[in-house]
Amino acid sequence: MQLDDEEQDIAAGAAGPVAQQALKHQIAVGDFFGAADFVPVTQAHIMADTESLGEAGVRWLESLAATREGRRRVRIPTITDPRGTDFANAAFLGHTRTMLTLEERAIAAFVKLGVMMTDTCINYQTVQPALRNEHVAFGDTGVVIYSNSVCGARSNFEGGPSALAAGITARTPRYGFHLPAQRQATLHVRVEQTPVSLNEWGALGGVIGRLAGNYWAVPVIEGLEGAPGSDQLKHFGAAMASFGSTALFHLVGLTPEAGRLSDVAGASLPQHRVGRADFEALQKSYRRDGAIDVVVFSAPQLSLLELRDLAGLCDGRHMRVPMLAVTSPQVKPDCDRMGYTSTIETAGGTVLSGMCFYQSYAREIAEARGWKRLVTNSAKMVNILGGYGYQPMLASMEECVDAAESGSLA
Amino acid sequence: MSAAPRIFSARHAMGRTVQGIAMVASDGFSARYDLDRIAGVFSRPAHKLVGRSYVGRVLVLDTAKGGVASAWMLHEMQSRGVIPAAIVFNTVNPILAQGAALGDVPMLAGFNCDITSMIADGAKVEVDPANKTIRIID
Repeated sequence: MQLDDEEQDIAAGAAGPVAQQALKHQIAVGDFFGAADFVPVTQAHIMADTESLGEAGVRWLESLAATREGRRRVRIPTITDPRGTDFANAAFLGHTRTMLTLEERAIAAFVKLGVMMTDTCINYQTVQPALRNEHVAFGDTGVVIYSNSVCGARSNFEGGPSALAAGITARTPRYGFHLPAQRQATLHVRVEQTPVSLNEWGALGGVIGRLAGNYWAVPVIEGLEGAPGSDQLKHFGAAMASFGSTALFHLVGLTPEAGRLSDVAGASLPQHRVGRADFEALQKSYRRDGAIDVVVFSAPQLSLLELRDLAGLCDGRHMRVPMLAVTSPQVKPDCDRMGYTSTIETAGGTVLSGMCFYQSYAREIAEARGWKRLVTNSAKMVNILGGYGYQPMLASMEECVDAAESGSLA
Repeated sequence: MSAAPRIFSARHAMGRTVQGIAMVASDGFSARYDLDRIAGVFSRPAHKLVGRSYVGRVLVLDTAKGGVASAWMLHEMQSRGVIPAAIVFNTVNPILAQGAALGDVPMLAGFNCDITSMIADGAKVEVDPANKTIRIID
């Protein structure tokens, strides 16, 4: 990689060992992908729940935070993805003192590094969205695909170590979706029926993610009726990223880089058609008969509007099985203030904050609470939780609430 | 009739030279979605390697899949020694490359063939990142 004078100084240790280590990590990744140089970034977003970090990752963070020589604090606004617990509800989730201590240590280290503990995977709805052509270093695949596609910002998937490095150096290697050529579509998808519910938007995203198949594929999509909202595209993108490792999509006439098909697509792209039968088939592939153990709304965290809808469905009802709704620390106070939390919890549900179900020791929760048969309206979550020992089922928010009340999915 | 090729060149490479037994599947890889990282086995029911131990193996797979957690998880897996010897992909995403850089896992990616169809499951191979190659030994 070509390094400017400042980068050469950092690499030589002039800014101290933390910045030096961060830049060297970035150079290793940049060299791997053939990056020509670095690009300045304005924000970083770190995925760093302690289930992922483990003891080894937390010690690594603590070693950075304890460094006294040189500069150790981030240079640009650097925020966090959901944490591994909601401390106020840790006992309910079966989280142990060991898990909580690890979380507390990680948080203390991040604070010393100057990181803002926003604990959200919907920062584009709650903190500050990145704008068109703004180069950022975002973690959480759902955040990246939304920011790239809906906002027109420029980010690769930045795992926790790389996002922290970007926060410390205020730059990232210029490869992948920082390059205009990489943002051109590689497959064309015509959608024959437009989804309605959030789970259908997620299922459609999952189908297109499977078609795309890898990180470097960019679907351009036509045929949607109307203009989807933020929550619809949140579920659509998060599922596409989860099923396909996809980081960017274009919606012709809707997303900022695809005013016309020809803006992002050449003449000979592979063509696909996707209809209701396809996204219903994905949903049905997860359905099972019989009793359920738990209902979870999460992945991504719920917006205030989703919580309003959920509260409306819960009003005056009584849930027979646990029902969890997970949101961000920015949304939770409004959810409380507007009475949604009270309505959901009076019905027997629980509103959690600052975590995300699959990032919060989901396997250990299953063992502690005896939860296996899980119903959700998140296509992203059903794709993930099979690997954690669950039997996840995908249904609409209305069906999920009915299932929580009756104890089975109709 | 010419012999089948025994050495394959990648476009992307990182890490140390290692030898090991190849574990091969035309399937994806995510440390979070696909693995029981404590037991060291593939655990997602739909994965073609479900139930098999990846510890010390050279994984030869199609593509890296979603989930940024893998960037931390390879480091954590390395700290306990419950880790593949190397990972070889047809196509990789940044997360696995970032994870390999932090976790010191040799990695190759980007071939002019489907590498999962060229190396037999159980073959002994050498991964040589300095020369960007994987070579069949036995």
